[in-house]
Amino acid sequence: MGRNAAIVAVGQTDHVSRRLDVSIPEMVREAVDRCLGSKDLNPGQIDAVVVGNMELFEGINFPELWMASAIGAAGKPLFKLNNGGTVGASVAVAAAHLVASGLYDVVLGIGYEKQSEGETQSAITTVGDPAWERSVMAGAIGNFGVMASTYVAESGVTAEQAAKVAVKARRYACLNPHAHVQRPDITVEEVLASRMLAAPLRLLDMCPSSDGACAVVTAAPDRAREMTPRPAWVAATETAHDTQFMGDSPKRLARMRSLVAASDSVYSKAGIVDPRAELDVAEVYEPATYAELAMYESLRFCDWGEGGSLIDEGVTLMEGELPVNPSGGVLSTNPVGATALIRVAEAALQVMGEAGEHQIPGVETALATGYGGNAWTEAVILKGSAP
Amino acid sequence: MDRGCHPEGVGAVSPTPPIDSSLRLEYVADFEYSYAAGEFASRFMNALRTQARIQGTRCEACSKVLVPPRPVCGLCLERTAEWVDVGPGGVITGYTVVEVPFIDPMTGIKRPIPYGFAFVRLDGADTNIYHFLEESRHDKISIGMRITAVFKPAPERDGTLADIIHFRAEEPAADD
Repeated sequence: MGRNAAIVAVGQTDHVSRRLDVSIPEMVREAVDRCLGSKDLNPGQIDAVVVGNMELFEGINFPELWMASAIGAAGKPLFKLNNGGTVGASVAVAAAHLVASGLYDVVLGIGYEKQSEGETQSAITTVGDPAWERSVMAGAIGNFGVMASTYVAESGVTAEQAAKVAVKARRYACLNPHAHVQRPDITVEEVLASRMLAAPLRLLDMCPSSDGACAVVTAAPDRAREMTPRPAWVAATETAHDTQFMGDSPKRLARMRSLVAASDSVYSKAGIVDPRAELDVAEVYEPATYAELAMYESLRFCDWGEGGSLIDEGVTLMEGELPVNPSGGVLSTNPVGATALIRVAEAALQVMGEAGEHQIPGVETALATGYGGNAWTEAVILKGSAP
Repeated sequence: MDRGCHPEGVGAVSPTPPIDSSLRLEYVADFEYSYAAGEFASRFMNALRTQARIQGTRCEACSKVLVPPRPVCGLCLERTAEWVDVGPGGVITGYTVVEVPFIDPMTGIKRPIPYGFAFVRLDGADTNIYHFLEESRHDKISIGMRITAVFKPAPERDGTLADIIHFRAEEPAADD
């Protein structure tokens, strides 16, 4: 990158199933107000805005035009990204690149989704190639069920190990005032008794559908130091794709090529040799319990096939060697267009020391990832000191 | 606090605001699209419709047979040169039984649940395709199980992947 860039402020709505009380621009404005308000910033200090979501979910085209005034973007450069589940992380990466390039000093990044207003499960089928994949689709859940079955076959991971991930997420969500699904008393037995959706995936193995927005301010070094005492410096970013068809590799989840490529690249750029020892916290985009365990392996937190033992040994708990998703993760909160930006925002809060009850003590280095249908990964490393 | 949780369920709702701002604006869209299938899909679908043949293309560099057929091998970045027949038999490489309703995007109709859904590696192919299984009992399906394509009768085939109704086990399940 050119010059350094750092995240200085984060804001989120309180994510819920349905926000009946606000329109989309009003909901997004809420996240922007909270973000700017957290560091006493004002919209006049923002030089450019990057926004992203899944447009077909709400059926609103050019949403950035519709909400430009509400988010303080009128009269400024406004960039829109639209790349599925990864979009929020792409917003964060684009904002960092716009600052690092020297073009803008202060960039506001926004991700949002109001899933209650549309037909998510059907809209998501339009990501499939019309000739090859649409006529044989079974929704995101059918896809995840098959993916999870291949990971189980590859690793021997058990339903109990997956259920522990569900318990971890929903309990930690209780420490996060913005998290959607908060269940302090959830047990492994309850997860294993929840309704089967698409074996091996049960209801409590899956992420929810949420309404919510997230906003993040990224700034150039001098401005960042003025705005906050401890900025979260963007040490490395990467984006990686896989080939187009889901079936091109049956190990698309068990050994997720785009996640391996993106994470290896950011580790290398940030000088990280042993991620389990050198990362202090990770916020990963886990759409389902089994996916989180598989991602431990692709992220090299453990050897291939050992994702299940990592949760058994408590390595990824808040008090463990490498806490994963102390925010409650995607399993607790999932407004899709915001979800990957929330990963970056939560990683930034950890580095800035502002994560409140779910703060991990002394975070110097944090990883965040974005995920798009096993086909696309973004990875970001944030650090407490300028690279 | 449980604010409501899950893929299709209703959860808790945000508090009622002091003024009534909960007006809903309904909108139903009925758009129609017509896509050009292109050279490779047209050739594949025509062979499927007229001869119940399933075909892939072979990469010149890695020799892998890719299904769906495509002009370039994504990992080698080399052109594929040769069309190859694959299937109709194959093995299951991943599977689930879907137990939640889902609207079929091609028909607008909910597919009756439960149904088997799998990665199928056709004989002669090196990649997998998603398709449906005739079997919908989870304990009668396994990775490595041999299956074969069940085609629609010729007059009903219209040149889509749905010309394969589903895949059926080559050996009947033990208690059938």
